[in-house]
Amino acid sequence: MSERVWIHGGRVVDPSQGLDGPADLIIEDGRIADIGGGLEAPADAVSIDASGLVVAPGFIDLHVHFREPGGEHKETIASGAHAAVAGGFTTVWAMPNTDPPIDDPAAVGFVKAAGEAAGGARVMPIGAATIGQKGEQMTEIGELVAAGAVAVSDDGGPVANSGLMRRLLEYTQSFGIAVLQHSEDIQLALGAVMNEGPVATALGLRGMPNCAEAVMVARDAMLSELTGGHLHVCHVSARQSVEQLRLARDKGLRVTSEVTPHHLILTDELVRGYNTEAKVNPPLRTAADVEAVRQALVDGVIDVIATDHAPHHYEEKEREFDDAPFGINGLETAFGLSMKALVEPGHLTLSDLIDRMSCRPARIMGLASGSLRREAPADIVLLAPDESWTVEPTQFVSKSRNTPIAGWNLPGRIRRTLVAGATRFEREAGE
Amino acid sequence: MREAGVPGLGKDLIGLEGLAGETIRAILDTAEPFKEISERQIKKVPVLRGKTIVNLFFEPSTRTRISFEFAEKRLGADTVNISSSGSSVVKGETLVDTARNLEAMRIDMVVIRHGSSGAAKFLADRIPSNVINGGDGRHEHPTQALLDMLTLRDRLGRIDGLRVCIVGDIVHSRVARSNIFGLQAMGAEVAVCGPRSLIPLGIEALGVSVFPHIEDAIEWADALNVLRLQLERMDAGFVPSLREYNRVFGVSNARLARAPRETVVLHPGPMNRGVEIDSDVADGPQSVILPQVTNGVAVRMAVLYLLAGGRPELAEDAKRGSS
Repeated sequence: MSERVWIHGGRVVDPSQGLDGPADLIIEDGRIADIGGGLEAPADAVSIDASGLVVAPGFIDLHVHFREPGGEHKETIASGAHAAVAGGFTTVWAMPNTDPPIDDPAAVGFVKAAGEAAGGARVMPIGAATIGQKGEQMTEIGELVAAGAVAVSDDGGPVANSGLMRRLLEYTQSFGIAVLQHSEDIQLALGAVMNEGPVATALGLRGMPNCAEAVMVARDAMLSELTGGHLHVCHVSARQSVEQLRLARDKGLRVTSEVTPHHLILTDELVRGYNTEAKVNPPLRTAADVEAVRQALVDGVIDVIATDHAPHHYEEKEREFDDAPFGINGLETAFGLSMKALVEPGHLTLSDLIDRMSCRPARIMGLASGSLRREAPADIVLLAPDESWTVEPTQFVSKSRNTPIAGWNLPGRIRRTLVAGATRFEREAGE
Repeated sequence: MREAGVPGLGKDLIGLEGLAGETIRAILDTAEPFKEISERQIKKVPVLRGKTIVNLFFEPSTRTRISFEFAEKRLGADTVNISSSGSSVVKGETLVDTARNLEAMRIDMVVIRHGSSGAAKFLADRIPSNVINGGDGRHEHPTQALLDMLTLRDRLGRIDGLRVCIVGDIVHSRVARSNIFGLQAMGAEVAVCGPRSLIPLGIEALGVSVFPHIEDAIEWADALNVLRLQLERMDAGFVPSLREYNRVFGVSNARLARAPRETVVLHPGPMNRGVEIDSDVADGPQSVILPQVTNGVAVRMAVLYLLAGGRPELAEDAKRGSS
C-alpha cells in the first residue's frame, strides 16, 4: 500500500509529543510520514479536511469482550471491531473469556485472523491465564504469545489462587507481557449482584463490599513486589483499591491499572428500580468511590481508561435482576461519557483525556501506536469535541445495545477513524 | 377499573417503601370491615365477582398462598394457582414470557411470589393487570407487614409512637424490609436485633437502630417481630449452630419476664420452635401469632378490593353486596 493521505486544517492534539495546535499530517504506507504546520498535499494524496476538528492518535482499549466464539448473538469479532472504530478506537485488546476460552495457540490465531479480516480496529487477542480459565493450570503462555497474544488474563473472574498468581507474574516475564487481573475475592463477593450498601439493603439485593476488590489488589501488588512481574489491575472501582494502587506507585512497583468510563461517573443509585442495564461487575459504587477513581486517574495513580465493553443481548438483560448478566456496552459511548465525566467538569483537559485513552495505554503496554510521531502507525481519530449527541442504543454499531445511559446527552463526537491510514469509520456532523 | 381507590396506591402493591402513612392507614381501615366476612357461616361476598386472579408462586409457600386464595374466593373472584413445579417456568420460560402469556388470557390481577428481589416490579412494569407482591426475594413482602401492623393495632390500639424490634435474620428477610418501611411511615420507631452477620451493613441508613443483645431489645421494645431463622443460614456460615442461636438470641419467657412492660410477640411463620422462639412464648398470652394469620386474610381482601378500584369508605357497603 503506497497510498498517501493528507489530513489538513485540523487541531492536532498529541500528548505523546506535547502537541496541541494547528498542524497537518501526511500518511504514507500506513504510517505517519510527516507532521507539521502548512504541509503541502503530496501528489495523488487522498485529502481529508480536518478543519474544525481535533486530530488525535486513535484510542486504545485494553479491555473489551467480543463474545466470539460462543456468544455471537451478543457480538462478533467483526461487529466489535466496527463498534470500536465507531467509538474512535483503533486498537482493542480482546478478553479471552469466550466459550470456549482463548487458551490455546489456535484460538489465539483465530481471534487475530478474524480481527484482521473484519476491517475495523486492530483486534489483539489476550490469552487465558489458566486452562479453561479454571484457575488451576497455567496455559502455554509462550505458545500463546508466539501466536499473537499480547497479555494473559482470566478476566470474567479472578486468578484466585495466590500461589498460581505468583507463578503467573513470574512466568510472564520471559515474554514481556502483563497479567491482567479482575480483582475480586470470590468469597467476599459470593452471590453478589451489586455494590454493598444502603441501596442494596433497600432493594434486597446481595452486595459485594469494596474490599472484595481491594484485598485482591493489595495481594497482587505484593506479589508484583515479590516477583517483579507486571500486574495490570482491570476496571478499578473502589476507593480502597485506589489506596492500594497509590501505595504500589509510591513503592515504584510494576503495577498499572485502568478505570472504565462508567465507574468515573455512575453510582449504584442507578440500580434502583432493579435496572439491569446498571448491573456490571465490578459494580457501580458510591459517589465517594467515583470521586476517588476520578482523582486517581487525574493523579496518574490509575493509568488509563478502558471500556470493559461487555455486550449482551436485550433478552438477557430483560430478566430478574439476579439472573441478568453483568456488563455494559461501552465502546461507542466511551469518549463522550469520559468527556462528560472528566473534561466538561474541568478535571482533565481534552489533551489529558486523549493521553489516558491513547498514549498511556500504548506506553504501559509497549505499543508502537498511541502517537502521531513520524514512523508511528497511522492510527488516527478525528474528533468534534464540542458536538453534543444523544445516546441512542438502536444506533449502535455493536450488535448489542445494553447501556444504562440511553437518552443521555454527551459532549464529543467521533467523526472519522483511520487505521494504518485507511478510513475505517466516518460520520457526518450531526449524524 | 385500574385506578386504586386510595390516594398513594397505584396500579400495584409492590412494597411499602415510599407509601405514605395515610395510604397504609386506609388499607388497614379497609381491612376492618372485611374481618367479619370470615366469621360468617357463608364466607363469601360478590365484591370481586367476575374478576380473574392468578396466584403465581415461583417459590414454595403454604401460608401466604392459601391466605391470598381465601381472600380472593371470599370476595367472589375466580382464581388460578400456578406454582413453579409443573408449570412452563420449569420448562425454561422467562418471566417476561410468562407475563405476556398471562396477559394474553385477559386476567385482572396477579399475586406473585418469587425468589428474586425485584421480580414483582419486573412483572408489574410489563403488564397492565394489578400486581400484588406476595414476597420477592429478600426485598419486600408488603401484605405480611400490613397484617403485622393490623395485628399490632388491634392489640395495642395504635402504631404511632410504638417501639417495634425485628429480631433475627434481617439480611435475608423481605418481611423485615416491609415492616421497617411500613412501621416508620405509620410513626413507629423500629429497631433490629440479631447477630451482626445477619444484619445488613449500613441498615442504620434506613433509620433503624441495632441491638446486638436480645436482652436490650426486649428492654426497649413494645413489640418483637421474631423472624424465622432459615436453617440453611447455618450451612452458609452466618451462625454456628441453631443451639447457640437459641441460647443467644432466642425469645424465651425467661427473657420476656424481665421486660418492663408486657411485650407483644409476633412471628410471620412458619416457626422453628426452640430456635428463634420458645414454645411457651409462641403459645403464651403475649403471642399474637394466630391473630396475625386471621388478619392476613382480611388485609389481603382489603388490598384486592382497593386495587380493583374499591373505595375505603364503601367497603362496609361492598361486603353487603350492594356495590
